Amino acid sequence: MTDLGWIEAVMVAARPQAVGALLRYFRDLDTAEEAFQEACLRALKAWPQNGPPRDPAAWLIFVGRNAALDDVRRRARQVALPDEAELSDLDDAESAAADRLDGAAYRDDILRLLFVCCHPGLPETQQIALALRVVCGLSVTQIARAFLVGEAAMEQRITRAKARIAAAGSGFETPGAAERDRRLGTVLAMVYLVFNEGYSARSDDPAARAQLAEEGLWLGRLLLRVFPSDPETMGLMALMLLQQARAPARFDAGGAIVLLEQQDRTRWSRPRIAEGLALIDKAVRHRRPGPYQVQAAIAALHARAARAEDTDWTQIDLLYANLERLQPSPVVTLNRAVAVAKVRGPAAALAMIEPLADRLQNYFYFHGVHGALLQQLDRLQDARTAFDRAIALAHTPAEAAHIRQHLDLLDRSA
Amino acid sequence: MLYAILCYNSEEAVGAWSKDYHDQTMTRLYAVNDKLAREGRLGPVARLLPTTAATTLRKGREEMVIDGPFAETKEQLLGFYVIDCASLDAAIETARELAKANPGTGSYEIRPVAQFNESRLPLQQKPAA
Repeated sequence: MTDLGWIEAVMVAARPQAVGALLRYFRDLDTAEEAFQEACLRALKAWPQNGPPRDPAAWLIFVGRNAALDDVRRRARQVALPDEAELSDLDDAESAAADRLDGAAYRDDILRLLFVCCHPGLPETQQIALALRVVCGLSVTQIARAFLVGEAAMEQRITRAKARIAAAGSGFETPGAAERDRRLGTVLAMVYLVFNEGYSARSDDPAARAQLAEEGLWLGRLLLRVFPSDPETMGLMALMLLQQARAPARFDAGGAIVLLEQQDRTRWSRPRIAEGLALIDKAVRHRRPGPYQVQAAIAALHARAARAEDTDWTQIDLLYANLERLQPSPVVTLNRAVAVAKVRGPAAALAMIEPLADRLQNYFYFHGVHGALLQQLDRLQDARTAFDRAIALAHTPAEAAHIRQHLDLLDRSA
Repeated sequence: MLYAILCYNSEEAVGAWSKDYHDQTMTRLYAVNDKLAREGRLGPVARLLPTTAATTLRKGREEMVIDGPFAETKEQLLGFYVIDCASLDAAIETARELAKANPGTGSYEIRPVAQFNESRLPLQQKPAA
């Protein structure tokens, strides 16, 4: 199968464009997906013998559309008279032969697909599941495993999402410029959620985690090709690349969390860091800062420090202050406090996060940071209480084990 | 005679290679590189970052800096430089210098290099000036 590795990659790469075009013809997600599936089956037979077609996406669209049309006609003969308007319209499209897929059609088809998955009527969990299924082409089994839910439940989530989209009716039109800009934010948020599901270590299955983070990167690149001049899209892509560059160093051989400061930085992925930094350079030229760009700039300061002690915490503190203005949230303030502790000491940081205690009372990281600051200030009993609370809120054994290390240190120093 | 071999492919498809397929392909490519290097026939080799990381300087009466790769089909790739710059702005500045030296039509695509192997050819194989 090794020699056919390129076929699989070509299909994955062609998928968003091909399913997007098929959705334009059939205005139904299931039909578009089935047509693409059928085209892939035929490609697996034809390509190894004939070699790859010059434009694989156009080939898959053409073959998929004909296969689905045959199916529609066959069913129409059995059931009722064909819908004249529908068929003649499709015949016209067919006579255009393999679509000349120019830039505009490419862009519109992919946008349509992404916007359908991020339909405003769908809750986030359904948007993510649908995008992973329809755009990335993950199997229901893979998605279920990544989200730690049963396969039947995930199948139902996707079916429900499709039913909601079908019920909403519209959404298959090519969106106008204003609509595009408005909905781009939703798509960016969906992509970052996919990435974070993989990055946040909520699952203890490293393979499932890695896959979601990679799908997030893949979706980000897709989006960047459709919006090549949008600085926030560049910022999100840079942010994901710089975070994922650290993935090889984030867990030790036993699966335990390794904090940023203790990570072996020689294991960070240099090509990913280079790409992330290049995208920040491009984004900055637009002089339209946004939350993703600022977060990417923070990640870049970590990436640029060869050793943990070289980190420019003053600059990180300033960037977090910026982020607090752009996107105020207690979690941002909590992150800023980590930088403040480095620059102005633990007492200043503690004063900054204590007002957040109510709002973040169920947030694992709050109690972890709180405990660490109290420990630095030698308030050992209070630190112990905070760490106990963190363990109770830990999502994974790795998170709990990490906090337990702090407690062990407390025991040894007590 | 020196030849440049320019590598074209769909970056979406190459980006979708599985890790196994990527590693196997790179092993096969490195075997070719190694053979060429042993024979003294290998010059610099570069792998570029994706076109999403590219910026293009379009020449003309008013220069334009555009996000993304060079996309015209009426112009052809005629040559390339590999330069060391502290930032994208510095790279764009260098492209501007080239544009000033060679005004008129055309573009310079500025693409960060992901991997660079600076093998050198024996001197006698330099092309005649």
